[in-house]
Amino acid sequence: MSSDSHHSGISGLGGEVLGHTDVKVSHCYQCGKCSAGCPLSEEMDYPPSVIMRMLQTGNPDLEDKVLRSLSIWVCLTCEMCFSRCPMSIDIPKMMDFLREKSLNEKKSDPKAKEIIAFHKSFLDSIKYTGRLYEIGLFVDYKARTLKILDDLALAPKMMKRGKLNIIPELIKDRSGVASIFRKANKKNKN
Amino acid sequence: MTLGFYPGCSLKGSSREYAESVLAVAEAFDIHLEEIKDWNCCGATAAHNMNKELSLALPARILSLAEKQGLTELVVPCAACYSRLTVTKHELSENPALKAVVTEANDLAYTGSVNVLNIVQMLDKYIIPNLEGKVVKPFDHKVACYYGCLLVRPHEILKFDREEDPQSMDALMLKAGATPIDWAFKTECCGAGLSVSRTSSVGRLSGKIMGDAKDRGAEAIIVACPMCHSNLDMRRDAINSYLGEKVDIPVLYITQAIGLAIGLDRKTLGLQRHFVKVSV
Repeated sequence: MSSDSHHSGISGLGGEVLGHTDVKVSHCYQCGKCSAGCPLSEEMDYPPSVIMRMLQTGNPDLEDKVLRSLSIWVCLTCEMCFSRCPMSIDIPKMMDFLREKSLNEKKSDPKAKEIIAFHKSFLDSIKYTGRLYEIGLFVDYKARTLKILDDLALAPKMMKRGKLNIIPELIKDRSGVASIFRKANKKNKN
Repeated sequence: MTLGFYPGCSLKGSSREYAESVLAVAEAFDIHLEEIKDWNCCGATAAHNMNKELSLALPARILSLAEKQGLTELVVPCAACYSRLTVTKHELSENPALKAVVTEANDLAYTGSVNVLNIVQMLDKYIIPNLEGKVVKPFDHKVACYYGCLLVRPHEILKFDREEDPQSMDALMLKAGATPIDWAFKTECCGAGLSVSRTSSVGRLSGKIMGDAKDRGAEAIIVACPMCHSNLDMRRDAINSYLGEKVDIPVLYITQAIGLAIGLDRKTLGLQRHFVKVSV
């Protein structure tokens, strides 16, 4: 790691990425394969290779823009970028770190509201029952986003096909799972 | 013989036909799948997007329970669960400090000894050697084997098949009597976890996959992941509106296709649960 310390960006957010994930933004030479292969790049404000460049500059304004970007939230972690990167840079792992930091610093892009609400509803569901309760997830998500009408036609169709459980599956050791959430949330206010 | 079994949440709910077909095919080959007692959700995309420690502690609890139950091999049909369990095993073996934190959070012994198998590995190891004599009704259709993301990526950790143009499902389907086609979208993402929160993206991504399969003459799409299935099947309206035409190619789990080939009943395999009618 010390050999990288003279590279730009190492003291700022790029340095934090390195410290937390061992992902070296300095290794990116801007070939653009990640952005070319990313299935979501056309919906992003900055495609993956541009995020890498922004972090390389070490410019605090650009770093702030990364944490406020929509890109980090529409990233699906499909791992295409990592698999095609000639420098084997684990961009998805970096994206996980950036998302968590963006949330902790309350910088997440308002346009990602629904995406984040879905993740929160999902985690809330398993926090209380140990397993995902799909009806609970939908109701909680709708309450968070007020997207009441979306997918309303889907539920009865799923029900008819036996794809929705009316009653949640409750595991016995719910306190064990709740304790995992408590400990993991200590460092993290999500 | 007995193998460990982690169904995961989807297989208990919206993808229960995947569980039904996995269990039915296993039973037909005298394999008992023993479910992990009191298993929890792996945390899926939500956990690793929001909280790293949680994203490792939840799968670690599952692996610890499997160890406690004396299971040495664990069949994980959901590609997303398979990915989370395998990534967790990898991270904890690479990083002792992280392992200490996660073990403390779980309060359960964890050694990382359980061997995690995805469904293709399970079929390849335990079903295929005995398949030939059992095929009574070859699945004689042109199929597009769709692997999605999490079955093959990242190769550095999963070490399963090729990342570009993988072959393992094609080889299995060939043995079930199908004709796998060459196509370009085997490992393109379907839109996965954005299904509810950004359905239009899923319509576009899954639409491209469906469009290519159709253009190349596929009569069925074969999958090994509940998220791929629900996006390609349940989100067909969004796909059709992206494509501007009505495409009625059915999407089958690989265990449903193999189940049909060995003569299992369509209802046992849960084919009636699909949104797009399974006409093959």
